[in-house]
Amino acid sequence: MLREDVDSTTRRTLTQTARILGALRLDGPLLIGLGLIAAYGQFVLYSASGGDWNAVLRGSVRLGIGVALMLVFAQMKPGVLRRMSPWLYALGLLLLIIVDAVGYIGKGAQRWLDLGFMRFQPSELMKLAVPMTCAWVLRERALPPDGRTLLLLAALILVPTALTIIQPDLGTGLLILMAGGIVVLLAGLSVRIIVGLGIGAIFSAWIGWYFLHDYQRQRVLTFIDPQADPLGSGYHIIQSTIAIGSGGIFGKGYMRGTQGQLEFLPERHTDFVFAVIGEELGLLGALLLIGLYVFVVLRALFLASQMRDTFARLLSGCLASIFFVYVFINAGMVSGLLPVVGVPLPLVSYGGTSMVTLLAGFGMLMSLYANRKLAA
Amino acid sequence: MSLRGIIKDFWREQRLFEQRAIAAVVIVATLSLLLVGRLVWLQVVRYDYFTDLSQGNRVRIEPLPAPRGIIYDRQGLILAENQPAYQLELVPEQVPDLEATLQGLVRIGLLDADDVDDAKRTVRSRRPFDSVPIRLHLSESDMAAFGVNRFEFPGVDIRTRLARSYPYGETAVHALGYVGTISASDLERIDREAYAGTSTIGKVGIEAAYENPLRGRNGSREIMVNARGRSVEKLGTLQPALQTRPGEPGTDLFLTLDLEVQRVAEQAVRDQRAAIVALDPNNGDVIALVSRPGFDPNLFARGLTRTEYAALNDNPDRPLFNRALRGTYPPGSTIKPVVALAGLTHGIIEPDKPFFCIGYFSLPGSSHRFRDWRPKGHGAVDLRSAISQSCDPYFYSLSNQLGVRRLNAFLGQFGLGQPTGIDIGGEKSGVLPSPEWKKTAFKQRSAQVWFPGETVIFGIGQGYMTSTPLQLAHMTAILATRGKNFEPRLVRALRDPRTQRMTELKPAPLPPLQAASTEHWDLIIDGMRAVMEGGTATRSAAGAPYSIAGKTGTAQVFSVAQNARYNESAIAERLRDHAWFIAFAPIESPRIAIAVLVENGRSGSGTAAPIARTVMDAYLLRKFPPADAAVPLGDATEE
Repeated sequence: MLREDVDSTTRRTLTQTARILGALRLDGPLLIGLGLIAAYGQFVLYSASGGDWNAVLRGSVRLGIGVALMLVFAQMKPGVLRRMSPWLYALGLLLLIIVDAVGYIGKGAQRWLDLGFMRFQPSELMKLAVPMTCAWVLRERALPPDGRTLLLLAALILVPTALTIIQPDLGTGLLILMAGGIVVLLAGLSVRIIVGLGIGAIFSAWIGWYFLHDYQRQRVLTFIDPQADPLGSGYHIIQSTIAIGSGGIFGKGYMRGTQGQLEFLPERHTDFVFAVIGEELGLLGALLLIGLYVFVVLRALFLASQMRDTFARLLSGCLASIFFVYVFINAGMVSGLLPVVGVPLPLVSYGGTSMVTLLAGFGMLMSLYANRKLAA
Repeated sequence: MSLRGIIKDFWREQRLFEQRAIAAVVIVATLSLLLVGRLVWLQVVRYDYFTDLSQGNRVRIEPLPAPRGIIYDRQGLILAENQPAYQLELVPEQVPDLEATLQGLVRIGLLDADDVDDAKRTVRSRRPFDSVPIRLHLSESDMAAFGVNRFEFPGVDIRTRLARSYPYGETAVHALGYVGTISASDLERIDREAYAGTSTIGKVGIEAAYENPLRGRNGSREIMVNARGRSVEKLGTLQPALQTRPGEPGTDLFLTLDLEVQRVAEQAVRDQRAAIVALDPNNGDVIALVSRPGFDPNLFARGLTRTEYAALNDNPDRPLFNRALRGTYPPGSTIKPVVALAGLTHGIIEPDKPFFCIGYFSLPGSSHRFRDWRPKGHGAVDLRSAISQSCDPYFYSLSNQLGVRRLNAFLGQFGLGQPTGIDIGGEKSGVLPSPEWKKTAFKQRSAQVWFPGETVIFGIGQGYMTSTPLQLAHMTAILATRGKNFEPRLVRALRDPRTQRMTELKPAPLPPLQAASTEHWDLIIDGMRAVMEGGTATRSAAGAPYSIAGKTGTAQVFSVAQNARYNESAIAERLRDHAWFIAFAPIESPRIAIAVLVENGRSGSGTAAPIARTVMDAYLLRKFPPADAAVPLGDATEE
């Protein structure tokens, strides 16, 4: 009797929650996954910033902005999202050119526009605009795409990629390339072409080597042999692998990681925050985070597969996949699997606009899922 | 564009997407497993390895320098101690630009421009994480100057360290020696580990000879450091278990030196270039060891600038030169008592047989005259008056009869021509000539021949023979004790500073002389008594309540290094004979044996003997003249 009461209360609460989420066009499981990651991130950030509440506060503000944007995008009709894609792309491209021009005139690296209250990176906008536009183009073609479509897509992807790499920002440039590329892959690019592109990539890497900046080459060389320059460019990788390795299974304890707290670990609350997790919370702490990420990615892929519209499917599938790419590149870099590329750990690393972009993308994904039955 | 005209197969596209989504899941799973595998490799398989690395990162071992042993004189007065001092130290690996940092220190007046190169060399010779002292003994104003400019000098800091201090300054500096900054050549022969955190090392004298016991053993302490090498006491909840190993403080030394006598002796020398060695003949204890002029060892302990060092080094009076141990001079007539003993032992002379001194001596068949110091001669002399009047022809004749080999062997028994074995380094052997010695000393064949005339002047301590003041004091001590022989020593006891346990060092006896009979000893000691009673040094014994046996001497200066800096009168002064005096007292039970050398002092009786008397009075009577008292006049004889 009593038990039934409890059950019915719970059921009622759940139903109400589902109704609210439904009204807000939010996906419960995905929201929970993202929330847990963000909370975990803020918890680790407090330790990684050396017990700095201000860092946590600023991180939370950024998180708040991201959530707000996610809600906004979630309310948008898929048609609106689709129609704004080319305009967003055009705006992003314009801003990228301005940033490059300012950087060229100012004779220095330039990645952002100073808006006074915050710095805005146009390349960040392109991380969303490029896959959106690719999906927009593919929606009106027969799939798998034909040669002319592929050429158009290649141009749409490579131009902003190049503009970002010359800023110079290799990491973001590669992410833009991958975001666009994933859309094309999901659209059913034939396996033969994929293999061909793979060979082409290796060949162009060989050519591209000569166009890389010294520091970018150094990163690659350091990745191949970090010990060659232990106090210079190899320092990051050596210190972060020491941090992770010395964490063991259970970690050294929250706020007790010597590598991080004594500042041997560089950029410990930004790009290398994963090493702080590995050191202080151990293998278990790292596995928990990876588990949450994988859950979010799988849920997002599942949502994408439920969609009936090509634009929605491709964009959602891409957003889900690129989220994992972020995680893998960052964790792979910090643990010494990949070269050091400036890619933040999604929803955990402090600073940058990537958290806002990511959450905005998930907002779109939720909107597209909520309206899955409709043709966008 | 629009969908019109394009046929889209929605079901096919749906299937295609689903295939690709499944492929994506497979890839996500594969890469995730790869990541997890990497973490397991790092955190489980190689956990111990990385734990060690992380431990090595954050823990640094810092040396705790042991306080250097304290040096006391025989009365327990402190001659060398440690005083806290502020010094400027630099950690090489924390300094972004060494050159700029040093130049900056020159600009604010903390470093001499001349010393920048030395500082650089010192810094480079040390390990990058060791704190290297670059300027010792900062004054208050130095510290203030650094304080306001500190932000400009990352890696440089003021540290408090124990620095060596010599409270009596110049007094006994040539016995004590000094500590100075560790040089590049020092670094080659020492164990750097043992000197970590120390900037100085004993350079000469006792400080160098007893470096190891004085230094003690460094302790160490583990400190937690952050990535910039700064020591971090505690950080949030991070509080590691760090170990401290205490060091062993250096051993204290108790010297045989009597500071009060030493000061009297140094005062008596005044501004002359001179050396005095006073020994206790019963055990070889060095009562006083003087070499003047001296210098302030505190200068070295606090770090000399290049200019200061050059001033000391270029001084024509050579204050850094230890005349007592390293100055070799012809002993002159001071060896006559020993030569006389040789004559008696070998049965060549009879004590009472008169010898007629006509003012010169010639070898048979030669017209060359070896002159007496008194042109008209001494007339009839016996052994006693030959010693007391220092009659040269008597000893010319005697040495000619003895021959160079017997002379050499006999004088050798008195430690001449060989190191005395004093417990500090650097002493010279001088020369005790022989035909064999001459063969090795000269390159030219014609110069290698030993001439009979060289034997003649050997007997009055001229010619090739040279000795140090220490050797002559040692010889006098053997005379005083009628053949007992001890190695001179400056350190008589060691004390462990923790247990306060004293370890007395036993005197080091050398084989005693057995050649001479008591009767012979009496004869020559009587001759030396006569030197003070009616002989050449009579005035220096006047009023002494104890009996003295002595011998004057002069050493001819053959040549003076021609140095452009000397003016005419200075050269003339430096061409004068060196004055010698040896003595022991009281004759019945000798307590002190002394050798005094005054460079260019001209007359042993006039300059050297009064100094010896003052020192003997101080030691035997505890009679200490006020610092400005005049040294009593000696005899006016030329000898």
